[in-house]
Amino acid sequence: MKKLSARRRHPLAALVVLLIALAATGGLYATFAPTGKAQADETSAAQSLAVEEGQKLYRVGCASCHGTGGQGSSDGPSLVGVGAAAVDFQVSTGRMPLQQQGAQAPKKPNIYTQKEIDQLAAYVASLGPGPAVPEESQYDPAGGDVGRGGDLFRNNCAQCHNFTGKGGALTDGKYAPNIDGVDPKHMYEAMVTGPQNMPAFPDGVLTPENKQDIIAYLDEVGGDEAESPGGFSLGGLGPVSEGLFAWVFGLGALIVLTIWIAARTAKARKS
Amino acid sequence: MSTTTTDARRNPPGRGERFADWTDSRLGLHGAGRKNLRKVFPDHWSFMLGEIAMYTFLIVLLTGVYLTLFFKPSMAEMTYHGSYAPMNGVRMTEAYASTLDISFDVRGGLLIRQIHHWSALIFIAAMATHMMRVFFTGAFRKPREVNWIFGFTLLVLGCIAGFTGYSLPDDLLSGTGVRFMEGATLATPVIGTYLAFFLWGGEFPGTDIIPRFFAVHVLLVPGIMLGLFVLHIILVFYHKHTQYAGSGKTEENVVGMPFMPVYVAKAGGFFFLIFGVITVIAGLFTINPVWDLGPYRPDMVSTGAQPDWYMGWTEGLIRFMPGWEWVIPGGYTINFGVFIPLTLVGVVPIMMMAYPFFESWVTGDRREHHILDRPRNVPTRTGFGVAWLTLVFVLLTAGGNDLWATHFHLSINTITWTVRIAFFVAPVLAFWITRRICLGLQRRDREKILHGRETGIIKRLPHGEFIEVHEPLSQDELHKLTAHDQYAPLELGPSVDDNGVVRKQSPVQKLRARLSQGYFGEAGQIPKPTRREYEEITSGHGHH
Repeated sequence: MKKLSARRRHPLAALVVLLIALAATGGLYATFAPTGKAQADETSAAQSLAVEEGQKLYRVGCASCHGTGGQGSSDGPSLVGVGAAAVDFQVSTGRMPLQQQGAQAPKKPNIYTQKEIDQLAAYVASLGPGPAVPEESQYDPAGGDVGRGGDLFRNNCAQCHNFTGKGGALTDGKYAPNIDGVDPKHMYEAMVTGPQNMPAFPDGVLTPENKQDIIAYLDEVGGDEAESPGGFSLGGLGPVSEGLFAWVFGLGALIVLTIWIAARTAKARKS
Repeated sequence: MSTTTTDARRNPPGRGERFADWTDSRLGLHGAGRKNLRKVFPDHWSFMLGEIAMYTFLIVLLTGVYLTLFFKPSMAEMTYHGSYAPMNGVRMTEAYASTLDISFDVRGGLLIRQIHHWSALIFIAAMATHMMRVFFTGAFRKPREVNWIFGFTLLVLGCIAGFTGYSLPDDLLSGTGVRFMEGATLATPVIGTYLAFFLWGGEFPGTDIIPRFFAVHVLLVPGIMLGLFVLHIILVFYHKHTQYAGSGKTEENVVGMPFMPVYVAKAGGFFFLIFGVITVIAGLFTINPVWDLGPYRPDMVSTGAQPDWYMGWTEGLIRFMPGWEWVIPGGYTINFGVFIPLTLVGVVPIMMMAYPFFESWVTGDRREHHILDRPRNVPTRTGFGVAWLTLVFVLLTAGGNDLWATHFHLSINTITWTVRIAFFVAPVLAFWITRRICLGLQRRDREKILHGRETGIIKRLPHGEFIEVHEPLSQDELHKLTAHDQYAPLELGPSVDDNGVVRKQSPVQKLRARLSQGYFGEAGQIPKPTRREYEEITSGHGHH
């Protein structure tokens, strides 16, 4: 004790006491804080927290069209039962919140973080049961059969999205967007939920394996590493762009050649 | 030519001479060669458009032969296990599988396929352009009307060859085209169903259509085209080439370079240039990626399914036509939504074929014409031509309406309605505007002849007036601007003669007179300056 009392006037004494006090408080808090209860009930607490946060985000970004409780209004459909997958798709592709009313919500930069999107999704999912956000193993292109996927794609999707997913026109300014470079997760969610003017393909229509096959096919023909064996693809739009190219660059180049040749005439021999 | 043995020559004829003599006495090559190899052709780039068509046709034939060696025109079904992974395990016809094999397994197959397809597109584009040149310069006039019909037939056959070739790979795109054709066949009133069963050998798609199209594509149509093409060329030699007006050029001569050696060298080189350009295009740019399209199955269809460009206008007719149909007593359907477009598919080209005869009936001109018109000097004809092209362009727009919609963010319904209106209005507007432009150009020519070219040099006269110095045209230029004939419009004459007796005038005569007034009346052409006007203005006063 002598030693201790001898040093209580030491210039660093206050600092040491402060450190000990802090360590003690922290330690005691760590020991006595109700962690046990939190661990036991973590998911539902986080869930209810997410739902709560999601509801706040919803009120700011979505309620003016979809109604204060997600029940829908004259400006937007009800969100009861659309599920977390729909929210994840619409918000993370930037389609929602809507820029303006129109034929169809265009894809645009997303301004929400993934955490906020999850919170929104949790809130909307709490309104009624619906498809959940898929796991990565469900939509990983590596797990699908490309050949079967192509067949399924041509049978179910090509009518609107074109042979290789380059997109197409629908009536009155609506359209099926180009699927090149779309995140496989979003492809899966779109098939499950049927966003905008797209019909939904629930698991009873296209099984989860079928969906994965289609994703594998789209990755093969339109993904980042897709090959184009014939050279530049001219947009993959078929005969219209080919015809335009044949006229402008094909015949155009040849006409330039005719002008070049005709300008170089043989000189008559002077006699 | 001599075959006598009593030739008093010191040296026996050399080997080359003996060969020439042998062939000439049997084939008569010397006479034909002397006449035709020295044929003179005028120099102008626009006279080489037909040559582009000729050479691309040759390229299509050459590459087509190579493809025939590997293509299997069969609709027998099989499961694919070839080298293109994304099609692995997919059921398809042998035709489609062999097209995949050509693309991925045959050496050079994909390049040859792409050369074949690109040059086919350019071939028909070149024929169309060549035809425009002939039309707008009036080269179809007597004595070349028959050759115009040959050329027109070649264009139509080229489209048929193209359509059947497009259908052969039996991919999802081409199968949709064949389905389109079946729909059109079915829409023929009364006999449609029978006709479709006859052509397809039963219910669509059956197993016959690809082999039948194959025979049409590689034998029938190219055979007829080759024959017509030879006749077309023979007539060009026989009629001699037309030329633009210029000093020293008359209706009786052709000014230019001899076929041998100048044009043989030029044309031979041109062939290789064209082959080179098309090969580069085919090496760099995909055309018809059948591996992406998948095999045809009647229960599948894709958006963005269009025919190649030369059939695009027929697609347009179908796309903008309202889907009218009647069910007549007896329960038969008349599908106007397809039948009316089908009728127009016949009418639109025939308007083009018939034009030379229409014009010669209006002008009543029986003379031969070897000097070409400048398009501005026949405003009504030029107007008709542009109106026709506008019509085709409107139809092409309709045929690609979905791509217009997606790429310009438009509503496809708006496009369809715009096209419906434009189908009737745009050609009329184009005719009127073109005619006005031509008349304006004629007025400018007249100005230039009488007052010379504006030099841009401003001169101030001693009393302060500013004038622009005009430079008189050279004799050469004056000749070019004044060489054309101007027809007098047909006058119907009074409806009663001197004695007050009514003169008979048939409605046809009246129509002809009205058309002639339209072509050559006051509103149809600007009178070119007469010699007197020119002399009056150029003699005397110093300025202008």
